[in-house]
Amino acid sequence: MEQRVLPYLLLLPATLFLCVFFIYPFLLVAWQAFSEGGSFTLEHFQTMAGHWKFSTAFWNTMLLALAVVPVQIALALLMATLVTRMGSGRDLILYIWTIPLGISDLAAGIIWLAIFEQTGFLNSMLAGLGIIEQPITWLSYQNKSTIFLAVVLAEIWRATAIVLVILVAGMGLIPKEYYEAAEVFGAGPWKRFVRITLPMLRPSLQTALILRTILAFEVFAVVMALGGTNLPVLMGETYVWQFDLQDRNVAAAYALVILGISIAFTLVFLRTLRVPREAQP
Amino acid sequence: MTAVTATEAARPAADIRSRGRLVFVTVIVILCVWVLVPIYLLAINAFSSPDQVNAFPKSFVPGFETDNINFFLGFAGVGKALFNSILVAGITMVLSILLGAPAGYALSRFDFHGKDTFRVLVLMTRAFPLPLLALPLAVMFIRTGLDDTAFGLALVHTTLALPFAVLITFSLFSGIPVELEEAAWTLGCTRFQAFYKVVLPLILPGIAASAVFAFVISWNEVFAAAVLTIENRTLTAFLLQSLDVSPLHLKFAGGAVLVAPALIFIFVVRRYLFAMWGIANR
Repeated sequence: MEQRVLPYLLLLPATLFLCVFFIYPFLLVAWQAFSEGGSFTLEHFQTMAGHWKFSTAFWNTMLLALAVVPVQIALALLMATLVTRMGSGRDLILYIWTIPLGISDLAAGIIWLAIFEQTGFLNSMLAGLGIIEQPITWLSYQNKSTIFLAVVLAEIWRATAIVLVILVAGMGLIPKEYYEAAEVFGAGPWKRFVRITLPMLRPSLQTALILRTILAFEVFAVVMALGGTNLPVLMGETYVWQFDLQDRNVAAAYALVILGISIAFTLVFLRTLRVPREAQP
Repeated sequence: MTAVTATEAARPAADIRSRGRLVFVTVIVILCVWVLVPIYLLAINAFSSPDQVNAFPKSFVPGFETDNINFFLGFAGVGKALFNSILVAGITMVLSILLGAPAGYALSRFDFHGKDTFRVLVLMTRAFPLPLLALPLAVMFIRTGLDDTAFGLALVHTTLALPFAVLITFSLFSGIPVELEEAAWTLGCTRFQAFYKVVLPLILPGIAASAVFAFVISWNEVFAAAVLTIENRTLTAFLLQSLDVSPLHLKFAGGAVLVAPALIFIFVVRRYLFAMWGIANR
């Protein structure tokens, strides 16, 4: 009897908590976005889409994700491959490479601000090398492309570590025998990587892609620190509507847009990188 | 004669290998520099005087002055924000372990109906932009009097940290043989005693690591903190809202104060990061 009830008792607190603070709020936010005075309306979505900043924010967010996520996956794959071949010093290197994992996006934005601001280290270095005479304002509204680039660099710098951790853990699960067998048959390092590592790593790649893409759609504090409102993104606009424009319903509509693209991309990755049940380790 | 050909044949191979070794080491060093240099640059700014921060061109060695940090820490509202950050992170830590560890234990020790449903629920939280939860909760909290309180914000941060706590404790409990518990039962322990006397001491370091992880998640969170707190702002909310108005040297000092604990935390939990994601992959 105890055996049957106990697991449910143990799960109860966490389940209740997630129902109240995870599922219920999402129903609430949907209701906020679709209702006005208790009845259904699309008005808030029209207000949102009608505002000139919406499409800019939408495409900025998409482009940022597109510029950041593939580089992160590639870089993390390289790092993880290096890690698996390391002998001594592996722990130290791994610690160094995972440091950004503990750094908040706001702090990362401030760090890259130290580099890109007018009297920052990039200008100081360029001046020191004699390339420029006067400091360049990289982060002004006239230089949207350098703001974009700074955000991309800051995001790659900050959030590659999480992909690295997932991939290193995944590589640890690949049986060594596969590599030994491939070597016996004369497969070189590149062939082993493409034919064994990548396919066997598919579950980890899937997890990493889903997680990183969703987090990329949530990009917020890095942009606020580096570009302010000069580079509108979805999360930033949500914040602006909630606070500066004091319209919770439109903010909720924005939230649903972010939620919508997150779910859409999650489903795409789940389908395209599907691991057949028989092939699961 | 044969010996000579053997060494001659071996030499190019050794050359390639040592060249490969050189590339290998170089790439690793470059990647370390890529990670460490930006942190070093922030440190320079944090440990220089305001004049040095705004000087151009800037020196690449710090002025070794703590005025900047001291001024930041003495700045109106910073002390309180720091206290709030620690308070919220502390509550988040306790809540996510209290709620998460029993769930992790249940997942690792029992087979029951609905186990998969629960795991899906936990994994699903990852597919949602969780900080957005703050928007509807802001309304709900005003009704319940939780608005602008450390506890209210900690509840939101717990939704962020709870899935990780469940997964980490699940992998930790799975690593402890059930036979140990069974042995304790046969020696007369109740289930609770066996857990308390046998399993808990073994698992405590891992629990501490996942608690630290929960702390970091809350400490670093910006969006929900900025939405849900007005008077009782956390450090991240404070910094975000003063981005437009505060001078550069204050931003950098604030950034350094945010980063410093993170370096220590990651060092503490580094062993467990991989255990956690290894399980989460499946």
